[in-house]
Amino acid sequence: MSQTATKNLRAVEPVSPTAAESQRAAARPAIRIHDLRKSFGQFVAIDGVSLDIGRGEFFMIVGPSGCGKTTLLRILAGLETASSGTIEIDTPAGADRPENAMVFQGESIFPWMTVWNNAAYGLRMRNAPAAVIKERVGHYLDRTGLTRFADYYPHQLSGGMKQRVSIARAFANDPEILLMDEPFSALDAQNKLLLQEELLHIWDEQTKTVVFITHSVDEAVYLGDRIMVMTAQPGRVKGFVRVPLPRPRAIIELQKAPEFGELIHRIWSELRDEVQRAREQENQDAAQDKRG
Amino acid sequence: MSTQTIVAAPEQSFTLSVRARERLLGIASPIVLLAVWEIAARLHFIDTRFFPAPSSVIAVLIEMLRSGELITNTLVSLRRLALGALIGGVPALILGIAMGLNRWVRAVFDPLIAATYPIPKSAILPLALLIFGLGEGSKIFMVAVGVFFPVVINSTTGVLGIGSIYLDVGRNYKANRWKTFWTIALPGALPVIMSGFKLGIGIGLILIAIAEMIGAKSGLGYMIWTAWETFSVEQMYVGLFMIAIIGFVLTVLLNELERFIIPWKSD
Repeated sequence: MSQTATKNLRAVEPVSPTAAESQRAAARPAIRIHDLRKSFGQFVAIDGVSLDIGRGEFFMIVGPSGCGKTTLLRILAGLETASSGTIEIDTPAGADRPENAMVFQGESIFPWMTVWNNAAYGLRMRNAPAAVIKERVGHYLDRTGLTRFADYYPHQLSGGMKQRVSIARAFANDPEILLMDEPFSALDAQNKLLLQEELLHIWDEQTKTVVFITHSVDEAVYLGDRIMVMTAQPGRVKGFVRVPLPRPRAIIELQKAPEFGELIHRIWSELRDEVQRAREQENQDAAQDKRG
Repeated sequence: MSTQTIVAAPEQSFTLSVRARERLLGIASPIVLLAVWEIAARLHFIDTRFFPAPSSVIAVLIEMLRSGELITNTLVSLRRLALGALIGGVPALILGIAMGLNRWVRAVFDPLIAATYPIPKSAILPLALLIFGLGEGSKIFMVAVGVFFPVVINSTTGVLGIGSIYLDVGRNYKANRWKTFWTIALPGALPVIMSGFKLGIGIGLILIAIAEMIGAKSGLGYMIWTAWETFSVEQMYVGLFMIAIIGFVLTVLLNELERFIIPWKSD
């Protein structure tokens, strides 16, 4: 309920902010989450998560499976409502762009649309002018190397290409915030590496705020500015790790950097207990299922 | 233990692909069957009162084509089939999709459909005659009933079978109701809806033949029935043959239509 309240507040923001106000806006975080809770019946998925995500920040969330990270992202995407707590998403006044676009885990591009129409979906849904659609979709299909496949249907594409369409769709929609839910988890290691690099390239030319979920510690360090480690269920904030690696990054080169190994180690030591705990919970649940 | 000898196939000067061979067999098998039938009839291995030689059936067919009788009756049946499919199919499509998208609509109509679906459609014929009389109405109604059920059931199933991730994408990209229908619900359910239509047309064809046998003055069913009354077995076979042809052509046409409107379906 408080979530809707803040959304309404945002709607009455002044259309043309004064210089002082816009300066403050720049310092203001893009996303401010305060004491967010989400439960499904008795099951507590997220328990009091508070965090700020800066404008243009590439923010990573890692945590054991079932820690509520996907639920958190779905709340940000407006696909779930929080049980309590607030989310403020700061959209610059008067900007004609959607608040967020999500890159889903697994296959989410429409099998009944061509690559082009899939990538144009968000723009079409908000009735963008044809010229804008042509320009933006053309641009991002080019950036994702899909121009040649514009008229293909998804069943003619590989898994990696499908996920690239999904990324092109999200970027073409030009959202304030990009939400990514383990977008590369289904891909093989080589394809994953290529797509991570491509994503960084696209992001470098237009540094959007990104919230990216992964269970891969390596991926978190490759891509992120800052990493949030979550606890096992119920999901809470375990800690934050800043990634001080310079940009633009070349993933292959990163692996040689001494800081890289150190970061991996730090995150892993935060994460290990939680993964262990998640596993114990799973075992308990399984044992309970067997008894019940 | 038996010994197996494997003989290498002799190299052929021309080879047919598996698909071409399949197609060839598909054409050959009915021809062979007709030939066997013809020979058996001529040699009186089978009773020609019930199984007249294909050649004599063809002779009657040509005669009926000349007189225009066959064409007229075929067109009458096709018209009833088309109107019935339209009148039964379009509301079924709309209701089915609405049931798939909205749980309240589903809650209202699901029990009604579940209760009426098992009634044999042919058993409704007397009721149809009572309500719509002996004219076109009762025939078209019968086809409409036959088409309605498979289409409504498949439309609901098709929409419910759309992966929830696609509906999430629609919500995330702020698709309104109307756009959700056109860009997700309809295309997503279309393959299942299409097979509902195919099934419905098949049932419609059965029902039109039955309906025309009782209280009709035209149509292929009527033609077959009068053949029974005059004991003109050849004419009966012509009628059956014509219905088989219609069924076959409609299947081919619907498959082509499917390929055209569902280009994303992988074969």
